[in-house]
Amino acid sequence: MTAGVVALVVALVASSAFGLWRRRTDGRFRSANPVEAERLSAAELGDELGSRATLVQFSSEFCAPCRATRLVLSDVASNTPGVRHVELAAEYHHELIRRFDVRRTPTLLVLDAGGVVRHRAAGATDRQQVLAALATVTR
Amino acid sequence: MSLTLKSAAPSRIDPRGPRFGAAITTVVLALVLLTGSPWLLAVQTLVFALGSIVGLSAQPYGVIYRRFVRPRLSPPRELEDAAPPRFAQFVGFLFAAAALVGFALGIGLLTTIAVAFALAAAFLNAAFDFCLGCEIYVLGQRFLSRN
Repeated sequence: MTAGVVALVVALVASSAFGLWRRRTDGRFRSANPVEAERLSAAELGDELGSRATLVQFSSEFCAPCRATRLVLSDVASNTPGVRHVELAAEYHHELIRRFDVRRTPTLLVLDAGGVVRHRAAGATDRQQVLAALATVTR
Repeated sequence: MSLTLKSAAPSRIDPRGPRFGAAITTVVLALVLLTGSPWLLAVQTLVFALGSIVGLSAQPYGVIYRRFVRPRLSPPRELEDAAPPRFAQFVGFLFAAAALVGFALGIGLLTTIAVAFALAAAFLNAAFDFCLGCEIYVLGQRFLSRN
């Protein structure tokens, strides 16, 4: 059964590599390219923008990481003046999902006071990463 | 004294149960790859079918968890929705069924690859708490709503 042994090793090595990579990159904010400067208006968002920053979260139903992220973001928003947390259900925002190439949930966008996307992250994030991303936006 | 009707479809569950099940699944599928046993594969296919089609309460590994493991643990910090693990069982079932088809048709490569994928998914869930549904759901939505 050598084909089976090879398949087992490949499967375990590949999934371990993927799992470890995700562990590193999940919830990590990347700066948006300033040249592309995508903007979300309050109308498009269906909600007010924060006066200093907005934390946009794309979620889907039955998504445990979305729930954890929601707790983190709403906690940061309620403790940071001028920062709002807006959560959008992926199933009801097809246009935004396409426009921002959202492929998994949770996907997060950090908007500045003008609604420009400054950072984005995919996967569950933590308080520290959110605060670090916000620090560059709310100067 | 009220009677609680326990359905095979609980809405919120101890999240450690599915991960325990995923660990057992990983071992079983590894054995399938190492031994080439179609019977073991058929058993795992049935396990997946019970968990997805009937419901998580019918999932044999979940039963083992609830009866023998959970009583030894402290209560879960929080519960999770049953839908994503059940969906993961269904995906596992599809792969395992494809592997059985490969065996029936003598296409060994199909069997090996399908089992390897099912194993990778189970391992990712067990070792990294990987949420397969979270990955697929949005892409599935985009695919279905394209015009």
